[in-house]
Amino acid sequence: MSRTLGGALLGTAMVVATLSCGALPAAADGEVNVYSLRQPFLIEPLLKAFTEKTGIKTNVVFAKDGVVERMKAEGANSPADIILTVDIGRLNDAVEAGVVQPVKSPTLNANIPESFRDPEGHWYALTQRARLIYTSKERVKPGEITSYEELADPKWKGRICTRSGKHDYNVALLAAMIAHHGEAKAEEWLKGVKANLARKPKGGDRDQVKAVSEGECDVALGNNYYYGAMLKNPEQKAWAESVNLVFPTIGGTKGTHVNVSGIAMSKSAPNRDNALKLMEFLSGDQAQEIYASADFEYPVNPQVKWSPVVESWGRFTPDDLALSAIAELRSTAVKVVDRVGYDG
Amino acid sequence: MTAEADAFSGAGPAPDLAAATPQDGRRRWHFAAAVAAGLVGLPVLAIAWTALFPSENIWPHLASTVLPGYVATTLLLMLGVGVGTFAIGTGTAWLVAMCRFPGQRLFGWALLLPLAMPAYLIAYVYTDLLDFAGPVQRLLRDVFGWSTRRDYWFPEIRSLGGATVMLTLVLYPYVYALARASFLEQSICVLEVSRTLGRSVWRALLDVALPLARPAIAVGVTLALMECLNDFGTVDFFAVRTLTAGVFDVWLRMGNAGGAAQIALVMLGFVILLIWAERRSRTRQRFHHTSSKLRPIEGLRLAGAKAWAATAVCALPVLLGFVLPAAVLAKYALFSSTAEWTPAFFRHALNSLGLSAAAATVAVMLATLLAYAARQRAGGIVRAAIRLASVGYAIPGAVLAIGVLIPFAAFDNAVDAFMRRSLGLSTGLLLSGTVAILVFAYTVRFLAVSLGAVEAGLGRVTPSMEMAARTLGHSPSATLRRLHLPMIRGSLLTGALLVFVDTMKELPATLVLRPFNFDTLATFVYQYASDERLEACAPAALAIVAAGILPVLLLARSVGQSRPGAKRGIDRPISAPSPNSN
Repeated sequence: MSRTLGGALLGTAMVVATLSCGALPAAADGEVNVYSLRQPFLIEPLLKAFTEKTGIKTNVVFAKDGVVERMKAEGANSPADIILTVDIGRLNDAVEAGVVQPVKSPTLNANIPESFRDPEGHWYALTQRARLIYTSKERVKPGEITSYEELADPKWKGRICTRSGKHDYNVALLAAMIAHHGEAKAEEWLKGVKANLARKPKGGDRDQVKAVSEGECDVALGNNYYYGAMLKNPEQKAWAESVNLVFPTIGGTKGTHVNVSGIAMSKSAPNRDNALKLMEFLSGDQAQEIYASADFEYPVNPQVKWSPVVESWGRFTPDDLALSAIAELRSTAVKVVDRVGYDG
Repeated sequence: MTAEADAFSGAGPAPDLAAATPQDGRRRWHFAAAVAAGLVGLPVLAIAWTALFPSENIWPHLASTVLPGYVATTLLLMLGVGVGTFAIGTGTAWLVAMCRFPGQRLFGWALLLPLAMPAYLIAYVYTDLLDFAGPVQRLLRDVFGWSTRRDYWFPEIRSLGGATVMLTLVLYPYVYALARASFLEQSICVLEVSRTLGRSVWRALLDVALPLARPAIAVGVTLALMECLNDFGTVDFFAVRTLTAGVFDVWLRMGNAGGAAQIALVMLGFVILLIWAERRSRTRQRFHHTSSKLRPIEGLRLAGAKAWAATAVCALPVLLGFVLPAAVLAKYALFSSTAEWTPAFFRHALNSLGLSAAAATVAVMLATLLAYAARQRAGGIVRAAIRLASVGYAIPGAVLAIGVLIPFAAFDNAVDAFMRRSLGLSTGLLLSGTVAILVFAYTVRFLAVSLGAVEAGLGRVTPSMEMAARTLGHSPSATLRRLHLPMIRGSLLTGALLVFVDTMKELPATLVLRPFNFDTLATFVYQYASDERLEACAPAALAIVAAGILPVLLLARSVGQSRPGAKRGIDRPISAPSPNSN
């Protein structure tokens, strides 16, 4: 019996090995290999449009953690052409690990404003996302909170929900606070926010809005596109409908804290030309419109119109703090979170 | 008479093997084991190497802020899961093996079912059920007229306590499977003697059966604890800040891979200490059954309230750990409008099944090599290498994946450089980014599981039988083939099935290491679940669970048959040694 079992196992293994050979990356013409930190269903419509337009096939690996380490280990032979990611910090990681190469392209420069790309062309932002305050329609009057700084006001005691202070999005916001106010003041602010928390930080951004709709808290922090995603999901629609959107200010007069999702070209890129085509395509009108209408993010390309849904949430002024400043202060911000014991 | 019994009683040594002297045979085994263990240990060594180059010394900051909390949380979680899995696993195993009560036969296999449920899935499901908007609290609010959370108290599922319960529910089957097999293998005589000498059923458990089963139970609890340490999905989702959380903060948020590797190594050291302490405390205890009385256990017939209490005790873990979460997933899959039933789904399922089968085969073959070599009077170096090879289980999957990548990619790049220089052609990455690296990673991760099962099986082959075989001129290889393998068949199957089920559920290493355009059921589920859309991936989640059921049933059967004299033994002459008993 053990022999038949072993044979069966081995047989299955061989079948799969054969099957999966079809999935192996090939450096053949007409392909581009993407390492993505973004979920496949978010980028699939974009890649599909790209393939339809250019005939270039796209191969994708999606992983949240460890992509940069994989590229580092694979070195000069890495099959990756493109790395797609959210958060300026992650883009910066890739640059610092030395796994990306600078790209110069008139098209990219025309499509993407200077503040949304690395001066040397190591990375390009593709979309912009705003970190919003969601307030309960029932229990918070419009205009009652207009800035991130007010989250530390004792009047919100026991009324605020956020996800973990260690999450990329909150770390970036805290890094922006440090840039505007200095480390000591930012730490005081975070202590104040912690004192106002209704519950221990947990879950994702949507969970916080859900908690507002359930009456557990009155004010939540969350990125803008989740609002659109919740409205689209029949199970989550009621959560979104229970809240108002606030585009808060930072540092007194500055606009709303924004972060980006972006793209960079792998240093090893075996399909360099195709990779460049993909980068240019994603910064162009068609792709930027998909980003805005399917994923509810803000296009970085100023010529592209916002989708009606996103437009209906209102225009806002983004904080003009350089993205590189946020990336640099990220490690400091994590340490502040630890010192405050925000998640504890 | 069965083939393996023939093989055993037919004493003549195979002519081709008779020439090899025993000593040479041993050396060859030691060498092969050291090489194999070294290969499997490479990722851990790569992590140790990374730990030598942190971008900054992370410890002063950690020690003055979050480290004490992380350590305390980790210890509490391990304590809770350790006690929980021990109590549920051993208690139900004893009831099912030694008592007769309603549903006893059913529970024999049903108690293994939670093994098919990934911890991250059960965590998602219970959060949906028990949080404020869930049906339980909604019902309570309706009944008592409460409206907001401030009106009443309800235990918070996303907490340390919740994580302990979730992990216990899916991990106790390790202890149950090994404890039950061990109870069943104990000769009825030992227990009968203890009863004759005036022990009650429960005293017999405490004084006789438990000490005899201790090695098996220790392996089960150790596996559960290691799983506890490598788990990131559940604790992250529940916002329980364990040392694992610290590893990821330092690695991803502070960009300090070296510092993260240091924390991972400290955790590893902790596990090694634990295993060492347990082994040391029983160094001088060694039991080999010397009676092969094959009469089936009569079993204590429980009656009335006692019988129903036993039924309830066995039913609860199955209901909570399997039936309820599977029912919730099924409801989502069938009735949610967002559930995704795509044809791609079958391709993912095929990938999962094939990888799991391959990993199970490799892990068991390797475990047999290592465990058997260790029995051939292996020296300290070989033994240390084997221990090193089996600690991968305690390392968080994503970190281990990086440890796997470093030596693989280095090998690929070295081959490529050599080929370019000598032949002028590039081979690129031969193994990285293929399914081969995945199978290797699973082997590294789950070798501890198969090794535990194989070692437990080999422990039951008495040295005297082995000596007899060697005296009769068998080489170590021939002895393994003709004596050990037939006797430990059940353990091999157990090991293979455990690795199979674990691989089906594996997520973090698969994410990082997989080839292009390649999904398993687990990665497919993850992309939706991580986006807070459990309903969308419910069909795939259900498929992971379903695919785990068949191996679990096979496992239950193999455990049930490890009872000496059970079924097959009855129509066999008493003189024929039955597999797994002596």
